[in-house]
Amino acid sequence: MAVTSSIRESAGTVVRAGLTGGKRDVRGIVFAVLLLLCLLTSLFMLTILMWDVVAQAIPVFDKRGTSFLTSDLASSPDKAGVSQGIWGSLVIAGFVVVLAFPVGIAAGVYLEEYAHPSRLTRFIQLNIRNLAGVPSVVYGILGLVVFVQGLDGLTGGRSVIAAGITLAILVLPIIIITTAEAVSAVPQGLREAGFGVGGTRWETTRDHVLPYAAPGILTGTMLAVARALGEAAPLLLIGAITGRLASPPGQTLVDRLQGKFTAMPIVIYGWANEVNKPGKKTGLTFEDLNAAAIVVLLAMVLVLNGAAILLRNRFENRRQG
Amino acid sequence: MRAALFLAAATSILISTLIVWTLFTEAWKFLSDLIDTAGIGALIDGGKAPGWYPRNDRFDIPTIVLGTLIVSAVSIVVAAPLGLGAAVFLSEYASPRLRKVVKPVLEVLAGVPSVVFGFFALRVLGPDLIQPLFDTSQKTSLLVTGVAIGILVTPLMASISEDALRSVPSALREASTGLGARRSATVVKVVIPAAVSGIVAALIISVSRAIGETMVAALASGRLGQSPRTWDPRDPGLPMTSAMAQLAQGSDQVVGSTLAFQSLFFIGALLFLMTLALNMVASRLVTRFRTKY
Amino acid sequence: MPDATVPPEVASRSTDVFTTRDVAVYYGQFRAVRDVNITVHKNEITAFIGPSGCGKSTMLRCFNRMNDLIPTARVEGTVSYHGVNLYDPAVNAVEVRRRIGMVFQKANPFPKSIYDNVAYGPRLSGIKKKSELDAVVEKSLRGAALWDEVKGRLKSGGLGLSGGQQQRLCIARAIAVDPEVLLMDEPCSALDPIATARIEDLMQEIKHEYTIIIVTHNMQQAGRVSDRTAFFTTEVNTESDRRTGVLVEYDQTSKIFSNPADERTEAYISGRFG
Repeated sequence: MAVTSSIRESAGTVVRAGLTGGKRDVRGIVFAVLLLLCLLTSLFMLTILMWDVVAQAIPVFDKRGTSFLTSDLASSPDKAGVSQGIWGSLVIAGFVVVLAFPVGIAAGVYLEEYAHPSRLTRFIQLNIRNLAGVPSVVYGILGLVVFVQGLDGLTGGRSVIAAGITLAILVLPIIIITTAEAVSAVPQGLREAGFGVGGTRWETTRDHVLPYAAPGILTGTMLAVARALGEAAPLLLIGAITGRLASPPGQTLVDRLQGKFTAMPIVIYGWANEVNKPGKKTGLTFEDLNAAAIVVLLAMVLVLNGAAILLRNRFENRRQG
Repeated sequence: MRAALFLAAATSILISTLIVWTLFTEAWKFLSDLIDTAGIGALIDGGKAPGWYPRNDRFDIPTIVLGTLIVSAVSIVVAAPLGLGAAVFLSEYASPRLRKVVKPVLEVLAGVPSVVFGFFALRVLGPDLIQPLFDTSQKTSLLVTGVAIGILVTPLMASISEDALRSVPSALREASTGLGARRSATVVKVVIPAAVSGIVAALIISVSRAIGETMVAALASGRLGQSPRTWDPRDPGLPMTSAMAQLAQGSDQVVGSTLAFQSLFFIGALLFLMTLALNMVASRLVTRFRTKY
Repeated sequence: MPDATVPPEVASRSTDVFTTRDVAVYYGQFRAVRDVNITVHKNEITAFIGPSGCGKSTMLRCFNRMNDLIPTARVEGTVSYHGVNLYDPAVNAVEVRRRIGMVFQKANPFPKSIYDNVAYGPRLSGIKKKSELDAVVEKSLRGAALWDEVKGRLKSGGLGLSGGQQQRLCIARAIAVDPEVLLMDEPCSALDPIATARIEDLMQEIKHEYTIIIVTHNMQQAGRVSDRTAFFTTEVNTESDRRTGVLVEYDQTSKIFSNPADERTEAYISGRFG
């Protein structure tokens, strides 16, 4: 108290001393630097690891060229390739598009545009949030019991059909939640305009709400496909092949869909467990091949993810601006 | 149209019912078969060298639960400070322009498939960092698994915490600054306490994610299908998810054919209940946080 | 330009707390307010009035460097506090704010107990002893005329108080660090008339200890509580259609309200504009 009152009474020099005084805030600076280090570590630990992978993958693309992308799984690192993995992953993505997109978007639209605030609605919303948090390996159990065992007449058992349906179910909550968010961000005035010209709810939804929410919904669907492409745990339970997978000639598409399968993340898992012996011809190891396989998978997943997030950020800017 | 859309939404209830039904009927089958054959005592191994040996009908649940707990504890020790620190920097120190660039990068990194982290753990993190640093007996261990999962959930932790910090009203920051608080004091004494329930929710969601993470555990925890009980993170071990992956993979069994294979469903049910409880607590915290501001 | 300039010799008097010279504030390219020359006197209540967008709040935030929080904000000219330019690079903004406190438009108590809200500032300056803190908390709450209402529940949350009580809690929190100046940014705009009257009474009670600058959109309030009034308005540049706040007139409140020198002031006071 005494100090401050003396400041008040004294002339400018004392005030100046008070205002310019104060130690340098060393602790504050250290604190900020520590926080920055946390951020840099979070960002760069991953990017350095990925850089490492890319560096290891380059000789594979160099020596094997496109044959790496077009060859089947094999016991020699000179011959093995990821074609079956790419095929499996693309089919799974196809199932997500065909099954999860329509159901997920419809459910999201229902919850935001049609559902009355009832106990049932709240229960469905809670249920979807909880589904989003269920570990993916548990979805694998669902797929194993219901689609591999229960419906094996349709799916052919441990097949890419069973895998596709299971992963479509796994990503469904993501699509529902992002659709609902995108739809709820549609300005109320747009709906009123639709109703005002005598449109029904469905006409208003179709002609006004959905077009406005489209970028947000698209973001959700892209994130969902990316997630499905990267998931491995459910596929392990369903029985994806980690070793060698024969593709006999003369297989029909249905045979192939109902037969044994693999997918990119499973190829990576399988090769990670391989003995690390260089191939005689190319000198490449399965570890090298795996780095290349990771580059292929990351290219698919990160491009989708990055595009989705950019799209969402632009969409958000439009809403604010 | 309304009916069709409702059916789509109701699908989610069908899915939940199917999950619960498959998990618990099969888990119950396992339990009743276990009582008939090996006896319920097989769930907690009282012997001198307790462990998870499903082929010998020894299903020591503490072994795999301990594996999971050790791995998640390690991962949260890694992810909590890194993720929260990154979030505080982004929310309280970074310029809007930097934030606009970094936040999407974090979100993209959060989408890196977990099997990729498994590869990192197995080929880089284990042999080049953790083994020399902690003098572990082999390249793979619970510690390696935990650190890799920690790196994996850090972007998630950062992203959710940043959302929580940013939703603290700027009026509180102004009030603190107006009282002559330095930025660090404002952050530590006002912003973080105000966001604490959101930060705790981020922690719980990260733990839940770590518990359910399968591919890193299957690749880097160091035991194939069976494991002695251990308390030491530097030992190889067997988290629940790794046990599940290997039970499913190791055989071409038909559901219900052997006790070992059935135990898969029992672990699945346990895992489901653990993550469900955590997620419910987290979503309650988030709701409380939202209604406060 | 109207003559709102304070003669330079006034600036050296010891009763002058602030003297500003040609102050202009920019947000990026946008100039929010320009050419402000004003002297604020010790133990007086100075009111800033004017239509919205006239830069009065922006100007207020120059007096304790709160504008620093906005990354794009830039202040030109000098803001002297007892002869020291607050925007001198050597001046530490944290030290400025410990001497020049602020009360905001919307009451913003921390989500902490009443006690911890008031003790926040003293703790920052290093007071740790409980007895000392207790004394400061009681003195500040009494100073803000809140003590009798809350003395039984100091440990309960500050957010549980009514709007008027919350604002007085914020005043108590501000005076707990024993500042010389209190800046009040429309402190009553969210309050009902009874709560407003309590705050106005409080300002009269504490003005012998503090120098107060209040921004208000309520002319009657300025007339009731202040000793001097500065009237700001918005000028529109006809070429660029850009708006900038300017100080029109600064004088004794009684003079501003009864016999303003500028016709724009008179138009605003009589309700013909703004």
